Formats: sequence, C-alpha cells, structure tokens
Amino acid sequence: MIKCENITKIYKNGETETAVLKKVSFEISDGEFVAIMGPSGSGKSTLMHILGCLDTPTSGAYTLDGQDVSKMSDDELADIRKDKIGFVFQSYNLLPRATAIRNVILPLIYIGENKEMREQKAKQALLDAGLAEDRWNYLSNQLSGGQMQRVAIARALVNNPIIILADEPTGNLDTKTGEIVLSTFQQLNKELGRTIVLITHELYVAEHAGRIIHIKDGGIIADEKNKERRIANHNI
Amino acid sequence: MTLSDLIQETFSAIIVNKARSGLTILGIIIGIGSVIAMISIGQGAQNSIEASIQSIGSNLILIMPGAQRGAGVQVSAGRGSATTLTQADADTIEKEITLAKAIAPEISKRYQITAKGKNTNTQVIGTVGSYPQVRNIQIDTGSFISDQNIRSISKVAVLGPTTRDDLFGQGVDPIGQSIRVNKIDFKIIGVTKAKGGSGFSNQDDIIFIPISTAQRFLAGNDSVTTISVEASDQNSMAQIQQQITALLLQRHNISDAQLADFQILNQQDIVQTASSVTDTFTILLASIAGISLIVGGIGIMNMMLTNVTERTREIGLRKAIGAKRKDISLQFLTESVMLTFFGGAAGILLGWILAWGVAQFAGIPTSISFFSVLLAFGVSAAIGIIFGYYPARRAAGLNPIEALRYE
Repeated sequence: MIKCENITKIYKNGETETAVLKKVSFEISDGEFVAIMGPSGSGKSTLMHILGCLDTPTSGAYTLDGQDVSKMSDDELADIRKDKIGFVFQSYNLLPRATAIRNVILPLIYIGENKEMREQKAKQALLDAGLAEDRWNYLSNQLSGGQMQRVAIARALVNNPIIILADEPTGNLDTKTGEIVLSTFQQLNKELGRTIVLITHELYVAEHAGRIIHIKDGGIIADEKNKERRIANHNI
Repeated sequence: MTLSDLIQETFSAIIVNKARSGLTILGIIIGIGSVIAMISIGQGAQNSIEASIQSIGSNLILIMPGAQRGAGVQVSAGRGSATTLTQADADTIEKEITLAKAIAPEISKRYQITAKGKNTNTQVIGTVGSYPQVRNIQIDTGSFISDQNIRSISKVAVLGPTTRDDLFGQGVDPIGQSIRVNKIDFKIIGVTKAKGGSGFSNQDDIIFIPISTAQRFLAGNDSVTTISVEASDQNSMAQIQQQITALLLQRHNISDAQLADFQILNQQDIVQTASSVTDTFTILLASIAGISLIVGGIGIMNMMLTNVTERTREIGLRKAIGAKRKDISLQFLTESVMLTFFGGAAGILLGWILAWGVAQFAGIPTSISFFSVLLAFGVSAAIGIIFGYYPARRAAGLNPIEALRYE
C-alpha cells in the first residue's frame, strides 16, 4: 500500500526555485500494476525517485507500507530500499563482470541473508523473471538486452519487495524484446500478485498496465483504469 | 555484509582490473622492497661493525696520547704524532691498577716491508706478550712474542695472515724466514689466525714485533701509541677508567682533567658511537626508500579515484538496493588495503631477495629483522587506509540518483 499526499518537490538553484512536483496525491493498493506516464520534464522521474525512497519530498507525506518515509535520514531510507523496494532501470545497471546469479544475489548480501538461502532465493527469482536456466552462470555482459533486463527484474524481485519500480524498462530494447519484458511484468503481477509501478513516456508501454496515471508539469492530469489493456504476447 | 562477502567483492573488483591493479601494487612492492632492503643493509653494517669492535677484545679500555690542551691558542696536532704516553706510564699502570686483568702497551706505525723481493706497506706493532690475550688474537703457527724477546730486544716478528699472504703467498709457512723493516732484518717466529675484518681496519694485515725492539730501532724513543687494558668484567670498567685517569694526571702533573694530554676510550663508548653512526645511516637509507613508498601510496590513491569514477553507476546501484554510506566506504577502503597488503607481502619478498643479492654480489653484510618485516606490513596497511580514505569517502558521499544517471 502506497499513499502520497500533497507531494511537492522544489529544487533550488541559487535564487530561482523550480517546483518539479506540485501537490501530487494518489494511492496504489497492493497487487496493482500502475503506469506513471508523462513527457520528459513532467516530473515523473522525480516522482519515481521519491516513490523509490532515493529522495524525499520538500513537503507532503509519503506512506509506504504504513510507514511515513518522507522525513527519513539517508541511512533509514537505505534500509527501506533494502527491504521494501525493487528497482528495474532502463540501462539494467548490472555488475558487468559478475555472473547473472551473482547480480541477483547482490541485494541479499546487504540484507545479510545466509549463503544457502541466497542461492535458493536468487534461483527462484531468476525462474520468476523467466531467464533460461542455462544462462544463470553467464557473465552479465555476455547476455542480450532482454536477458539482462530479466536479470535486473530478478534482482528487483529477490528481496521480496512491497513494490517494484520500473523506470523505462523497455527504453533500451527493441519492440520484440520489450514485449517479452512487459509480458514478464504482467505475469509477475497476475500470477504472483506483485505490485508494479512502471514509469514511461510511451503510451503503448503504459497501456500494458491496469491503471495509468498521466502526469504533466508536475501535476496529475488523469488517473484512470486502463480499459483497453494490452496483453503482451510472450511468444512473439 | 559479512567480512567474507567484503573480501570476495573486493577480490573480484581487483581481479577485474588486473593490469591496473598490478601496476599500482608494483609501486607499493618497490617501496616496501626498498625499505626492507635498505634497513637490512643498515642493520647488517651495524652488526658487522659491532662484531669487529667486539673482536678487538672484551672489556677493553684504550689509553691513547693526545696533545695537551692548554689555555690560549689551540694548535691541533695529528693524533698519531703526540708522544705523551711512555713506557714508564704503561709500567706504572701495570703495577698500580690492580683491578686490571691484563695490560698491553703498544707502539705502532706503518712501514714498507720487504721480503724476498716482494714488498708491502703495513702496520707494524711493537707490543708485549699479553697482547694476544687482551686483544683477542690467536696464534696459528709458531709462537707470539715472549717476555724473553722483549728483555733481549730480539729482532723477531709475528705476521698477520694477510701480510703473510702478501709477502710469501697463501698457505706458505714463513717461520724461520726473515723480513726487512726499515733496513733491519726480523726473523719470523709465528703467524696469527685470521680475524676477519673489512675496509680500512683489516686486523689481519699486521706485523707484531717486541715493543722494546720497536722503541729502540724504529721509533728511537720510549713512547707508546696505545695502552690496552683488559678489565676482568664490565662492572669494573668505570672504576678502572677513573683510577687510570687519576694516576696519569698525577704522573703528568696535570691538575685539571679537562687539560689531560691523553684520552681514555672504553669499548662500550666505541660501540655506542659506531651504533649511532650506523643508526643515522640506516635512517637515511630508509627515508630515501620511504619516499618511493609515498609515491606508491599516491599511485594507490590515484587508482582508487579512477575506480570510483569508473564505477559511479555501480555505486549508485548498490545504494539503490540498500547499501549505506558505511558499506560503500568500507568496500573501497578494503580494496585499497588489500592492494597495499598484496604489495607489502610481495615487497617483503623483493626486499629479502635484494638484501640477499647485495650480500651475495656486493659483499655487504645484510640482516633482515622481524621488526623491519612487521614495520613494512604496518606501513603498507597504513598507506592503504590513508590513501584509500579520501576515494572511499568520495564514493560513499555520492548521491544515488546522480550516480545512477552518470554516463
């Protein structure tokens, strides 16, 4: 459960103040698949950073899993990210000379999971993300874009987060592999009940979600259920 | 994050950049290696100097003449030229200083020696029968100068092994042959055992003759150049030194000890002086080597800074998945300490090889102490921490949002 109330973010640059987010309020229930859509400069990245606890709002309250995280210190935020949030980035951000499974284990190292559980959880996450088992011990820079993004999804899943934040996850992929990644998200949402927040500027991508929040100039202009939901075809 | 995770992460990070890590480590290897080698040369020199001082005897007090220091203009005369100590002084010391175990006066000067067409320039020492005991000299073949030789002012000589080699050839028994010193023939009655010795104070390149003979035929007076006194133990040395000083001042009619026309050295003072010289020498060498260590440390810092910049996105990602400042700084600090640790270990090996090589090929004695190895490890770890601290802090301070965006 995510609750944003009057989230405002103001960046100060010398004398000039720029309000990137203006009193944004919305709720996301557990098990939802939400797309946050807007053109560049709309404030969607800033919103994602706040949702992902990488940044705090200038004013307003952000409640994550019943906890107000909007006034937390850096180290407290790091703990929240460690336990409750999974990130998927446009550019994957995998450790290049580590194996796929090693990349997935990485968050568990900071959690302090023991060695056996790490392996077990990482393998489960890789299965859920749909990476073929014969690729698990490949170095991440030997994998294709789609495979890398699956490793990144597995890494986001492995700590069993409240919410998975995907920032333009198909931005670096061609249509076909993008479709596969979107279908992975849909499956995670439908079959495993994962809460997913997808940030994108493409309507086509956003239409794969169950709900679309349109954002422009730092404010929400539309927040509605997606009536004509696209179902990604896994087997294209 | 457990210690084994930390070490595993660090190790794989170092392995990724083999060439760069290797070159950086090389800087530390050279630094630590040269520190170890230099200290070992210094300590080896110290040990050998101390050993050679100890080899001239034990519990030894040396009395040497010096120019009388009076009021007014000081004219410094060469030490060897002063003739203020006489045979009578030596005889009185022998009679009056009952604490002394043995005393041996000597008169020494360098002469050109000839024998069967060969010649050499060496130290000729006129002395007495107790000299071998006082100065730790052993006879190899034949005998040393006897009291009978001294009473009868015989023209006999005992050679040091180096002198024997120079004049007669190695291993030849020269007893019964004669040598010519200052146009006077001396019959050889013995050869001493080699003591070893290096550089300017080769204690084996020497000729002994009776003191009476030296005084009459070579010096032409009854002066002595050194009186060696052996104390029975270390504790009595100070007392003997005092008694001799008092006795000689009285005999020479000098009331102020500051104006004494002789000087008394005891062996410990000599050892201490020599040690302080070699200590300075060791520190000098080690500091020069230390500079290369600092340069190596700067190399570490340089590499770590490059590393932090290159891995900015990785740092951003680690932060995004929950790493705290402390986790990040610890990771980079461990990396630099591990680099210097490897460098330190290899450097100790290199230093040891260098020290061995110096001892083997240059003939300079070296000695690697446990202390210098410990020091090297400590210093290399400290360098890792000091030069790794700033890059690690920089990595830990990165903003995750900006780090993730970094291209």
